[in-house]
Amino acid sequence: MKKISESTRSSFINYSIILVFFLVFQCLLSMGKLSSSFSGQLIPICAYIVMALSLNLVVGISGELSLGHAGFMSVGAFSGVVVATSLQGTVEASPLRLLIAMVMGALIAALAGTIIGIPVLRLRGDYLAIVTLAFGEIIKNVLNCLYVGVDNHGLHFSMKDANAMGMEADGTVIINGPMGALGIQKLSTFVSGILLVFVVLFVIQNLVNSRSGRAVQAIRDNRIAAESCGLNITKYKLMAFVTSAAMAGAAGALYALNYSTVVPKKFDFNTSILILVFVVLGGIGNLRGSIIAAAVLTVLPEMLRQFQDYRMLVYAIVLILIMICTNNQKAKEILAKFGSVFSRKKVAEEDK
Amino acid sequence: MLNYLINGISLGSVYAIIALGYTMVYGIAMMLNFAHGDVIMVGGYMAFCATSYMGWPAIPSVLFSIFICTILGIVIERLAYKPLRNATSLAVLITAIGVSYFLQNAALLIWSSNPKAFPNMVTLPTLVIGDLQISSVTLVTILACIVIMVALTLFTGKTKMGKAMRAVSEDKDAAQLMGINVNATISLTFAIGSGLAAIAGVLLCSAYPTLMPTTGAMPGIKAFTAAVFGGIGSIPGAMLGGILLGIIEIFGKAYISTQLSDAIVFAVLIIVLIVKPTGLLGKKVNEKV
Repeated sequence: MKKISESTRSSFINYSIILVFFLVFQCLLSMGKLSSSFSGQLIPICAYIVMALSLNLVVGISGELSLGHAGFMSVGAFSGVVVATSLQGTVEASPLRLLIAMVMGALIAALAGTIIGIPVLRLRGDYLAIVTLAFGEIIKNVLNCLYVGVDNHGLHFSMKDANAMGMEADGTVIINGPMGALGIQKLSTFVSGILLVFVVLFVIQNLVNSRSGRAVQAIRDNRIAAESCGLNITKYKLMAFVTSAAMAGAAGALYALNYSTVVPKKFDFNTSILILVFVVLGGIGNLRGSIIAAAVLTVLPEMLRQFQDYRMLVYAIVLILIMICTNNQKAKEILAKFGSVFSRKKVAEEDK
Repeated sequence: MLNYLINGISLGSVYAIIALGYTMVYGIAMMLNFAHGDVIMVGGYMAFCATSYMGWPAIPSVLFSIFICTILGIVIERLAYKPLRNATSLAVLITAIGVSYFLQNAALLIWSSNPKAFPNMVTLPTLVIGDLQISSVTLVTILACIVIMVALTLFTGKTKMGKAMRAVSEDKDAAQLMGINVNATISLTFAIGSGLAAIAGVLLCSAYPTLMPTTGAMPGIKAFTAAVFGGIGSIPGAMLGGILLGIIEIFGKAYISTQLSDAIVFAVLIIVLIVKPTGLLGKKVNEKV
């Protein structure tokens, strides 16, 4: 039998994790064993997994700290909603409409990523982090006073208020400024969420093990050495950044089309941070870690229900403790002695 | 016009005081302390409790608030950041976010999410010069900012502890070899930063008298951008950045759009960073191959 390479095997393990996750929950769902609060979490989990994977492409593979990832999710979410609502009459099949919405969300987010990426990627380290944060806030702020409506003549935009769009009487307002998008048709399904996770995972894993992916990683490890080998720094960094933005846009569309209303405030700095937490806890550059961390941490607040009011407090303490346990030398030694409960050993090895 | 300018300087002074805390901690510990904004909120609540529940007069309650926040700063540093002294900066960043969540939710449990009306601490008459009216809060804010700036410059330049602080921020290992207690110096920096955050909290809540568990978040982010704007790690930079940011925000609100004022602030920041990637007063560090 031909020996398969390490990376291929790792990729297939990731696919199987997602497949098992899907099968287990689909079975539970069809048997009606899931509580309604939990089954409502399934699509957000998929969206957050995609967000974590795509941010990992920037933070882990490309080595740039981005604090505005929710901004791209927001762009994707609102353009997805606009597309889905305006195609309501023309495209009947809802899976097809969802697909078009996700693709459009991804394209527009990629456009935003390109516009932002070209100036931003000149900066490095904490300065880059702060500029991505600033862009995230700008996107939220602009969406907060954006009004979009649709009537027979097509789409109408305004930055002032709903009346300034000059729509005909039968037109519908899709995005209503700070109130966000109202009356969205719920198109997202668990199956479509899982399919998106598969596609994103496929793209990232193949990208990482391709020539371009190796170039991106070379730039991360030593920018000057990579540049002197003739790699075009801006091109590869921008490629990783834009790919990541596009995936976040698709995730945003998936997320938004799962709810009947979405407000721009949902995708603020805290959401960006939340996704970064998934990536860091899962292990920077480790795709499998991102998947697991995103799934577990999205459900964790639900599972902490029994602590009632204290659950976010407990969440904060758990977060701090995990960070200290995985990063402090002494804590690591103590954990190693007790035998690794989780796969701490693996994390320790990767850190070296 | 002049009124806007003074309001801008006043708001900017608050940002500057907060930004000082960010920049000092960054300079010495090389970490972005995201929990700083929430220390401001705790400072506000402490002053609120002292005046409203215990009936203390203004100055003792401000001192009480500074005292509590200073201790809080040291405790946070000891418990959460010290175990991660040698960890990657991202790990520390996430821990800081954890601390921030913790403070916000603890405040939520203690004081609930209902906004509290902050008592008027400064009861001096409004200063009137011709057409110009300057409220006492504005005046006190600007004065406090100047006093803090002078005091900090003297402290870091003249005292032994201040010099130790600069030495540690320059080179931790070399400072240790010279007999400087690095851990104590870092704790001191957190103490000063948190004390300043308490003052900023009181000033902020005096100007905008609603107090909520999330009060500190947005000023925290803005002050952080102010610190970066001026060149992070530099004390005069934080001052300049803070005041400029305040002026831009007030003018943006007045002349362009109220809703978009935050976007304008951040857009200016981006333009400055693209033109001068290390901030206004930041030092350029040459890269070694």
